[in-house]
Amino acid sequence: MRFRRLIFANLFRKKIRLILTVGSFAIALVLFTFLAVVKSAFNRGIDIAGADRLIVVDRVGLMNLMPISYADKIAAIPGVKAVTHDHWFGGVYQDEKNFFPQFVIDVENHRKVYPEFKVPDEQWNNFVKDRQGAIAGARLAERFHWKVGERIPLKTTLYGGATWEFNLDGIYHTDKPDGDMGQFWLQWKYFDENVPSVIKSTAGWYILKLDSPDDAVRVAKAIDEKFANSSHETKTETESAFAAGFAKQFGNIEFLILTIGGVVFFTLLLVTGNTMAISVRERISELGVLKAIGFTDHSVLFLVLSESLAIAFFGGALGLLLAIASIPWVSSKIVGLLPPLFLSKPVLALGLVFALFVGAASGLLPGIGAMRMRVVNALRRV
Amino acid sequence: MVRVDGNGGSQSLIRVRGLNKTYSRGGEKIQVLQGLNLDVDKGDFVAFMGPSGSGKTTLLNLLGGLDVPSAGSITVAGDEITHMSGSKLTQWRARHVGFIFQMYNLIPVLTAYQNVELPLLLTKLSGSERRKHVETALAVVGLADRMHHYPRQLSGGQEQRVTIARAIVSDPTFLLCDEPTGDLDRKSADEIMALIEELVAKYGKTVLMVTHDPVVAARAHTTLHLEKGVLVEGKASSRQSVLAGGAA
Ligand SMILES: Nc1ncnc2c1ncn2[C@@H]1O[C@H](COP(=O)(O)OP(=O)(O)O)[C@@H](O)[C@H]1O
Ligand SMILES: [Mg+2]
Repeated sequence: MRFRRLIFANLFRKKIRLILTVGSFAIALVLFTFLAVVKSAFNRGIDIAGADRLIVVDRVGLMNLMPISYADKIAAIPGVKAVTHDHWFGGVYQDEKNFFPQFVIDVENHRKVYPEFKVPDEQWNNFVKDRQGAIAGARLAERFHWKVGERIPLKTTLYGGATWEFNLDGIYHTDKPDGDMGQFWLQWKYFDENVPSVIKSTAGWYILKLDSPDDAVRVAKAIDEKFANSSHETKTETESAFAAGFAKQFGNIEFLILTIGGVVFFTLLLVTGNTMAISVRERISELGVLKAIGFTDHSVLFLVLSESLAIAFFGGALGLLLAIASIPWVSSKIVGLLPPLFLSKPVLALGLVFALFVGAASGLLPGIGAMRMRVVNALRRV
Repeated sequence: MVRVDGNGGSQSLIRVRGLNKTYSRGGEKIQVLQGLNLDVDKGDFVAFMGPSGSGKTTLLNLLGGLDVPSAGSITVAGDEITHMSGSKLTQWRARHVGFIFQMYNLIPVLTAYQNVELPLLLTKLSGSERRKHVETALAVVGLADRMHHYPRQLSGGQEQRVTIARAIVSDPTFLLCDEPTGDLDRKSADEIMALIEELVAKYGKTVLMVTHDPVVAARAHTTLHLEKGVLVEGKASSRQSVLAGGAA
């Protein structure tokens, strides 16, 4: 590219200004990436939800429990491959701030419904045999440095306020890099024996696996019709619809993130647009000379745009590098507060596109001004 | 031969007929050029003089295809530039005109070499061909040893030499100089004029130059005065003699 030297020379014309503009891009990009990563952390439940799973909850609310007898009735509906049930345990490990989700699972069917959670067979068999057994996700175990054999006390708030003790019999993994490996599982049988009588023989919600995702609507309707007019009417939805509803409980995160993102975007656009406008204005006569000696209007536009795109590219790349370096660290500081943060390739690509877009947009107006400027007027300014 | 009566033959390198330029400022029309005629042959060296605001720069801009006239025609080497579109005109400038302005108008962030190379970036020349041309142009203006200096590391006279090198590097049809010595001390001005004379005498360049300095103008083959929107030959100091000269 023949104009390369001219573009770079212009870029380094005012070093402080270059540093400040590149810096604005870098900071904006770090912020952008964080927002994108937090947003995707909240949406992850929705994204990784199985298309062939339905969740059945009590129509009145998630905290209303359903009779355990529903399991067989649901299993009898054509199109249902397997049914399992969960309870929310809600215990506290050592301190409130150590929060992690604890599920009371049904060991007979859990693996049929959630094949993506992998536990070595030996560990699973030990767990099934051990009434006080527990399984933890790999990330959760790592967080508290738990080893298999560890004794884990959880103080319940929901079920009588006692402290329950569990033996860690196994660790589960998922294949998906951003799969949920932060859950803690305990056995429903043990739970059912020890809870107050009102809670005995109940399920918090049912999860069922379909023969085919195409059956989702039909099966959901059949389930809800079956329990219509009973003492516990149900609401059946796909796992992703359920996860979306669950994420909404945190407030309108998406709106908040888009708002902050929009502010970042416009601030950056104004800052760099202004910088480009100033930098073009102060060399109007030089651009006039270039045009006089035969540079076309388009090549002048090209020069200005290349300059702003170069700033955007270097600033953006710097910001993304900073984000790559800092996000794992931040993620480790906020465990429990937010879902784990992952910087994925699409987010990085999106960040770069965002930077280049702002770069192009900020160079466009000054560039068009330079393009339209008449040589004689530019030279008369001298 | 340089003529201002509009009777030059079709062999003239530059032929201007009935050139009008009117600016409007705040609704008011200012007639700067009013039916100006000019014929310049190849190898001529013409100086334009006239009081400030008489339209010298305006004329030069029109001749260089930087601006379009309100009426009249300009023909250079057989091409009528007054009918060219914007991009055509830009191409024409790159090919035919070398500009030397009063302010040196170098790009401050490029070295002398890179400044001189600029017009060649618009051609199809390869890197090594460009290098040859740039080095030749800088040698002609006597700055071969300052090639990699930035404008701020050069004196005013040296900067103007770089501008001249940039103007001649693509071997244009003619050179336009607007007050080329206007910002220089007498000694530097003399050196620049000697250089321009050499371009005419040794390299056969055609040069049209605006100046308000009679000493500088005296070095041209012909001095023309811009008065009331037209060019006249001879001394401007006496209207009578101008008219007499024009009639003779
Ligand atoms: N773009 C313009 N708009 C309005 N008036 C102009 C413009 N350019 C030049 N003029 C006027 O035209 C006249 C001639 O200007 P110019 O050619 O620069 O004169 P000179 O170079 O002889 O000093 C002046 O009165 C000037 O103010
Ligand atoms: Mg002038």
